Amino acid sequence: MNDIVRRDPRSEWIARNRLHPEHDAVLARMGGGAPAAQWMGPNGVIRRDPHAVGFIGPNGIRRIDRSGAQSAGAGGAARREAAAAPARRRVDIDTPAFFIAVVADMPGGRLSAHDRDLLGLARQLADAETDGAVLLVSFGDPRETGLGEAGVDRVLNFAGEQFEGYAPELRLTALGGVERQHAPRHWLFPDSPLGGAELGRRFAARLGERPATQVWQIADGRCTGRGAAGASDITRELPRIVLALPECAEPVADTVHAAEAIAPPAALPQALRRVEDLGAVAVDPAGVALAEAEFILSAGNGIHDWDGFHQAARVLGATEGASRVAVDNGFMPRHRQVGATGTWVTARVYLSAGISGAVQHLQGIQQCDKVVAINTDAGCDMVKRADLAVIADTGEVLAALVELVEGGRKEQRNAA
Amino acid sequence: MRREDIKQVQGLKVAALVSVGRHPVTGRPRRADFDARAVEMGLSLVAPENMSLLHAGECSPERESALRGYLGMGIGALDVLDQPPEADIVPALEARLREMGARLVLCGARGEMGEASGLVPFLLAERLGWSLVSGLAQIESVDGDSMTVLQALPRGQRRRLKVRLPAVVTVDAAAQAARQSAYGPARRGELRRIEGEVTPDAAARDWNTAPAKKRPKRLKIVKAASARDRFKAAAAKAEGGGGQVLTGLSPQAGAEAILKLLREEGVLR
Repeated sequence: MNDIVRRDPRSEWIARNRLHPEHDAVLARMGGGAPAAQWMGPNGVIRRDPHAVGFIGPNGIRRIDRSGAQSAGAGGAARREAAAAPARRRVDIDTPAFFIAVVADMPGGRLSAHDRDLLGLARQLADAETDGAVLLVSFGDPRETGLGEAGVDRVLNFAGEQFEGYAPELRLTALGGVERQHAPRHWLFPDSPLGGAELGRRFAARLGERPATQVWQIADGRCTGRGAAGASDITRELPRIVLALPECAEPVADTVHAAEAIAPPAALPQALRRVEDLGAVAVDPAGVALAEAEFILSAGNGIHDWDGFHQAARVLGATEGASRVAVDNGFMPRHRQVGATGTWVTARVYLSAGISGAVQHLQGIQQCDKVVAINTDAGCDMVKRADLAVIADTGEVLAALVELVEGGRKEQRNAA
Repeated sequence: MRREDIKQVQGLKVAALVSVGRHPVTGRPRRADFDARAVEMGLSLVAPENMSLLHAGECSPERESALRGYLGMGIGALDVLDQPPEADIVPALEARLREMGARLVLCGARGEMGEASGLVPFLLAERLGWSLVSGLAQIESVDGDSMTVLQALPRGQRRRLKVRLPAVVTVDAAAQAARQSAYGPARRGELRRIEGEVTPDAAARDWNTAPAKKRPKRLKIVKAASARDRFKAAAAKAEGGGGQVLTGLSPQAGAEAILKLLREEGVLR
């Protein structure tokens, strides 16, 4: 009775198919009786059996998977997870010898790619000597959670609504307070229009220091920056204040830092406020170029009620985009097409309605921060890419969204 | 907006700082684009008689023809503060601006030759103690001691600001494009050369200036322990990167979830 070999062709097939969802479980079940490929011998020497390594593939050839994924059981799965998230080295600096201050733009309370590059640069400068610490100075409501991974040792946040909006004079006095309290060795600003570019130049003028602007490289105490509107490179000694371009350094990738909050200077001198912010001006979102729009509502093949879509874009104040199918079918103009064959967009929030997510389309939205998908198909690529996906009928969700937003506005008006 | 629609402000003296630009393709001197936009903004505000142009630098023949490009926009004269190329022009400009009594100084966001760091307006504002606004799209109105302006934000947005005069403002690509320069008025216009004190720029002497090198393109480096992981990273398609998927919801509940995210991101106005 025991001599009869009982085969289970299905589980054998699953064991051969490494992409099968039950692959690991089946291997664990089958591998229970398999001989171990390596064991401790009686004299404390590791013994190996090369014949027990790997498994026989579908065409009778032994296959060996060195990644460790094949070695059956829970051990393999654990090892795979460890490989997926390589551990970062933790670095703590208890008593900083000096500070490298970075004044990040933090649009929307989060680090931009430019800020991360700058923090990488600050890390280089701080690590050149022992116990150098990177001090992040930020304004407004912080919403970034990965400051430690970005290479920040200390965080100095000026919260409060007086720092929101356009308040360069107030921010300048705040930076002056940091300068007096901590006297950082270097100040780094992102050279981004209306962000660090302006604040950094104001600060340099206030301190009477000559900054290096448009810097893209720092090497052995000298920095290289663009001059003459990008036509020349100026190399000079590294000054105290540096305004650096995007991609000036690699962002921090293999260490994690403390990102410990420190209190801002208590008493700031009263700033003379000569510029008053009267608030944002309503700009027709349809007039904003697709490539630089902040908030895009994009339509695809899943949209049937086009009037409802246009109304939703109007109510939400979003710039309209479209997938190639919607453009080819004549529902949207060609200059609204998003994707590799249309426009590469940089929106902060990309709301895709009824788009399944062709590769070309996903390439076009690579630089978007938050992607929201509304789709009926839970398995499509757009849902996989999205930060928030709602699986429901697109038209109905858009209609509900319009109703909610309009209802909220009506309530506000009644309350006012 | 048509040019005739703009109400001209009486009794306001405006100065525009202009520089010699460099054509990005041919490299020949021309009127600098941002500076020309600043002059255009000034002309939309006051009559050409109340507008004065100021340039600090040397005045060789080919630079002169570039400077005359500004005169061709309809202004009668241009003051040239004679300064050698290695001089720091900020003290000379500061002294001249104090003399002129202008209450509004317009300039381009940065030059197109030399260091082109865009620092001059900031240094001037700091030394004169004036207010400063950068990246202006439009000056809406000037009344007495203050003016209302529209500042251009990235992504095509605009912000309204109230700025106390006297002020230095910088103008970049968001402002209205400059009008064409007319040849006749450019020839007829007057270049007034003014001798002034020269402050040498000591710090810039040790700099190395070279034609711009192409910046290295950033490579996407995949840190992976094994060949299998590297291959997977190279061949990866879009993956579900911790995204939240809401299934089986009513449209209302889904819309509420989306609205919450939009509010958090602050894109709803």
